[in-house]
Amino acid sequence: MYQGDIGKRSVKVKNIVERGAVKKFAEAIGDLHPIYWDEETGKRSRYGRNIAPPTFPRVFDYGVIEGLKLPAKGLIHGEQRFHYERPLFVGEELYCYAEVKDYYEKQSSMGQLGFLVIANNGEDADGNLIFTSTSTIIINEAVRKAMSV
Amino acid sequence: MTTIREWQVGQSLPDVTLPPVSRLDLIKYAGASGDYNPIHTIDDEAKKAGLPGIIAHGMWTMGNLAKLFTPYCEEGFVQDYFVRFQSMVFLNDVVTLKAKVKEKDDKAIRFVVAAVNQHGKEVVKGEAVFALYE
Repeated sequence: MYQGDIGKRSVKVKNIVERGAVKKFAEAIGDLHPIYWDEETGKRSRYGRNIAPPTFPRVFDYGVIEGLKLPAKGLIHGEQRFHYERPLFVGEELYCYAEVKDYYEKQSSMGQLGFLVIANNGEDADGNLIFTSTSTIIINEAVRKAMSV
Repeated sequence: MTTIREWQVGQSLPDVTLPPVSRLDLIKYAGASGDYNPIHTIDDEAKKAGLPGIIAHGMWTMGNLAKLFTPYCEEGFVQDYFVRFQSMVFLNDVVTLKAKVKEKDDKAIRFVVAAVNQHGKEVVKGEAVFALYE
């Protein structure tokens, strides 16, 4: 269903690891360690500044993958993976894009399931990859049928 | 305070049990993450989707689980973090966060991580690699 989309990418979007957004996010996951929000703690730390929690890349804009049509409803988030070269720094600029990594189908007790793997990547201004955030989305039979109508 | 290097293979970090999941928790996560899928905040929309009620964002649970490592941020960072969303988290569920050392060398510690509900069922499970600074 999505085999033809594998390899498609969005155009990179500039994002800022925004101080207020990091604090709000840390609060929402109940992780108000001062390394995320207190400037003094950040300055005194080995990083010399504040950092962001490891699941923060959820908030970035990765742009739109041209031609990729996803159903509006019924998607199941099956798996999630993050890989970091280093933590994200509050205030830094990242260039983010999405890429269709894989699509495969499997027969299960719930019928034929589709697995769509999308990578959301972030690079620094020099083009060095800082993080990859990979989501596996499960598309069940009902949603697949509704889409092919 | 303990350092993360002191933990040995087979040992677990102290469990953290969260307060019962509230609607406000999920509204806050929706706002902070930008994930406004209404199955996480609006009862009718959850029911329309065939759910008994609103469910927590998987990423809310995954985000919470990562905080087991935050106290050690001067020693290293979460380099790899993988989870599978095993089961749904509903309002008023009581989620406990767990991490156990699986492998260890001079450069990194690999943990098996899980979030478990009040029935002892794993709702999220996976692994985290905490890279150690020199």
